[in-house]
Amino acid sequence: MDLKLKIWRQASPTDKGQFVDYDVHNISTDASFLEMIDILNDELIEKGERPVAFDHDCREGICGMCSLYINGHPHGPEAATTTCQLHMRKFKDGETVVIEPWRAKPFPVIKDLIVDRSAFDEIIQSGGYISVTTGGVPDGNSIPINREHAELAMDAAACIGCGACVAACKNASAMLFVSAKVSQFALLPQGKIEAHDRVKAMVAKMDELGFGNCTNTYACEAECPKEISVANIARMNREFIKAKLG
Amino acid sequence: MTKIDSKIPEGPLAEKWTHYKEHQKLVNPSNKRKLDIIVVGTGLAGGAAAASLGEMGFNVKVFCIQDSPRRAHSIAAQGGINAAKNYPNDGDTIYRLFYDTVKGGDYRGREANTYRLAEVSNNIIDQCVAQGVPFAREYGGTLANRSFGGAQVSRTFYARGQTGQQLLLGAYGALSKEIKKGSVKLFTRREMVDLVVMKDGRARGIIVRNLFTGEIERHSAHAVLIASGGYGNLFFLSTNAMTSNGSAAWRAYKRGAYFANPCYVQIHPTCIPMHGDYQSKLTLMSESLRNDGRIWVPKKKEDAERIRKKEIRPRDIPEEDRDYYLERRYPAFGNLVPRDVASRAAKERCDAGYGVGTTGLAVFLDFKDAIKRLGKDVIKARYGNLFDMYERIVDDNPYETPMMIYPAIHYTMGGLWVDYELQSSIPGLFVGGEANFSDHGANRLGASALMQGLSDGYFVLPYTMQNYLADQITVDRITTDTEEFDEAEKAVQERIDKLLSINGTETVDSIHKRLGRIMWDHAGMARNKKGLEEGIKMIQELRKEFWSNVRVPGTKDGINIELEKALRLADFLELGELLARDALHREESAGGHFREEHQTPEGEAKRNDKDFMYVAAWEYAGDDKEPVLNKEPLVYENIEVKTRNYKTA
Repeated sequence: MDLKLKIWRQASPTDKGQFVDYDVHNISTDASFLEMIDILNDELIEKGERPVAFDHDCREGICGMCSLYINGHPHGPEAATTTCQLHMRKFKDGETVVIEPWRAKPFPVIKDLIVDRSAFDEIIQSGGYISVTTGGVPDGNSIPINREHAELAMDAAACIGCGACVAACKNASAMLFVSAKVSQFALLPQGKIEAHDRVKAMVAKMDELGFGNCTNTYACEAECPKEISVANIARMNREFIKAKLG
Repeated sequence: MTKIDSKIPEGPLAEKWTHYKEHQKLVNPSNKRKLDIIVVGTGLAGGAAAASLGEMGFNVKVFCIQDSPRRAHSIAAQGGINAAKNYPNDGDTIYRLFYDTVKGGDYRGREANTYRLAEVSNNIIDQCVAQGVPFAREYGGTLANRSFGGAQVSRTFYARGQTGQQLLLGAYGALSKEIKKGSVKLFTRREMVDLVVMKDGRARGIIVRNLFTGEIERHSAHAVLIASGGYGNLFFLSTNAMTSNGSAAWRAYKRGAYFANPCYVQIHPTCIPMHGDYQSKLTLMSESLRNDGRIWVPKKKEDAERIRKKEIRPRDIPEEDRDYYLERRYPAFGNLVPRDVASRAAKERCDAGYGVGTTGLAVFLDFKDAIKRLGKDVIKARYGNLFDMYERIVDDNPYETPMMIYPAIHYTMGGLWVDYELQSSIPGLFVGGEANFSDHGANRLGASALMQGLSDGYFVLPYTMQNYLADQITVDRITTDTEEFDEAEKAVQERIDKLLSINGTETVDSIHKRLGRIMWDHAGMARNKKGLEEGIKMIQELRKEFWSNVRVPGTKDGINIELEKALRLADFLELGELLARDALHREESAGGHFREEHQTPEGEAKRNDKDFMYVAAWEYAGDDKEPVLNKEPLVYENIEVKTRNYKTA
């Protein structure tokens, strides 16, 4: 198949940036979206032009490194799919495809399609863990966990930290990301000990870093490649109120 | 006389590690603050070690190649982690896990290391549960287990099909806690490009390239830990992540660390088959699928051919015309034979003309019987995410039609040589996780990589590195203003300048693909003398071509992904030759290393214990010289060395 691409090119964080048009030809429908960009980059290199910079690593939908805002959707048009798992058979021959980086103030563009998502690490560092040290912990089976709670915790823990929720949100809110981590631990007995401090610290950090508020549009859930539920946001709000009330 | 000292503690096997810990040297808290440690890599081994060493009070600097420690490739491990908990009451013990691992490794691993791995396996599960890792649970609330290849007990703990992700996020949480506390300093988007070894022979630092600015940075420490993963991407196509590479280990080798058993490469039997030239990677389908899936090809060649031509569908082939070849050849273990055995059996059927898929290089993994027995919902609950992933890539629904799979490069058992303390042949350089060679022998069993990464990271390195550092308390902070740092940085700059100046016609990827092809054809699933000798020549020629005709556009400042890839490929072009040399010298078949000259009449691997029961630890001797082979003899005092048998119990 042949495609017309409109790709955001930006040489550096301070550069203004602009869309540049490219044509790609004879792309197999079995190729992945990133393989399609690989092919474009090979052509650019052969022509002596600068290849398009984009983030990616595992290419199996789990590391959370790939991003890309494709035709107005984070990770493209297919639901529950990361960009690296998106295949060209989801596009039509001759289609124009617009490719942009995540757009959110706390995720500054570094180059072309690469953004800096270290704000997510900072949020986790503010308290997104259980403070146990290595060794001296009880036997695994001494903490029985209700299976349903374990499953719900796993649903929340499936977050890959890609930032699609922030990119999808008109307010650039990180509520889905933060609530997924808060929920995972709120649902487990191990996490209850620090529950109050955790939710307060993570919410404060999220606000400090400039992520916006949640206005319940649920765009985050709709675009999340791991289908993290907005029920986690509701759970986090309850946890937050509980923590504030002491 | 051998130069190798594996430092295995005295005493009975089951008491060695306890004995070590009881007698090791310690560092008091006020001295720990004065000691610096560099950790390269934030996967299970590096992340867990950095967090644990930080908790103990050491000053840790941790480096990762991605934008966040949470992206390390450990995250992609799917199926599970082994431990000898015996929760299912099916007869598991530490000894049995140890035994299965040594046997699975075809008696080419070091007994004492593997026993320690089995011994601490239970602590890992406890640690991860305490961190809030959401392992699968039984209805009563206890931890659930499933089976993996090479074992007759259920000892694999799992978190759906995302066990690696959950364990890594546990370690990432522990690491984040220490970063907040200030005991660990995080450096992202940094790639180690050289190791700095002082005149006294000790490793004291690294040179890294900042992948955002292009700047070359010097970092010093009292000790260095490399946990940078394996070198599977040498083959271009593998299940590894795109940035996974062998450069940190290779640079350490060129600074004097021995490289052990590079030819032991694991080819995973259940990957999605190759589809086109533009393909960038291969995707693994978890081994856990072999719990319920049955592997088969048509019994009749003409059926296989009609399937390849898409004239008939797999379901058109009646039961009696299907060859469940693993169940046929290995009745005791069936579809759950170890990975090397399953991979070779698939290759054997495809080479004989029974393969399916458009290329003929695929076999079926069929869930029809399991769906009939358990219902679609149960199968969906167990493997739903894997089935979805398969469908996204292949555009086929595995609930309706069998999956097609074929073996692919997955894991490297070989790696930097380490002693019992996981210290390399360079004092002060430690190596953990897939980057070392130590625990899996010639073949790794499923669900054992996560176990080893976390064992090294949480429970071994924090002890053994402390033992080393106890002698370093009088050594001041290491300065980076030394001749050794100057020399290392200059060498890196020269290498980069050279790569940017060639301005040839071949892209980095096109040369990498050719290297991958040479490796797969000449040093892949089946190897022979003639092929390996040819392969070595071809690698040497390709290396020359690379250094005279590669095209690396752009400059050394700022983000330059082609330059990053070129630096990694330059090292792979050397590592590939060492791999082939190791495979050529090892005149036997063992685990993942299959020499066609050494097989039984039934086509099973044939070891040569008399001549090759040793670890091959290669020593760099100069770019134009052949590497020196050092041998560490393997002594089995606690296990009777046998021919691996998966046919009968």
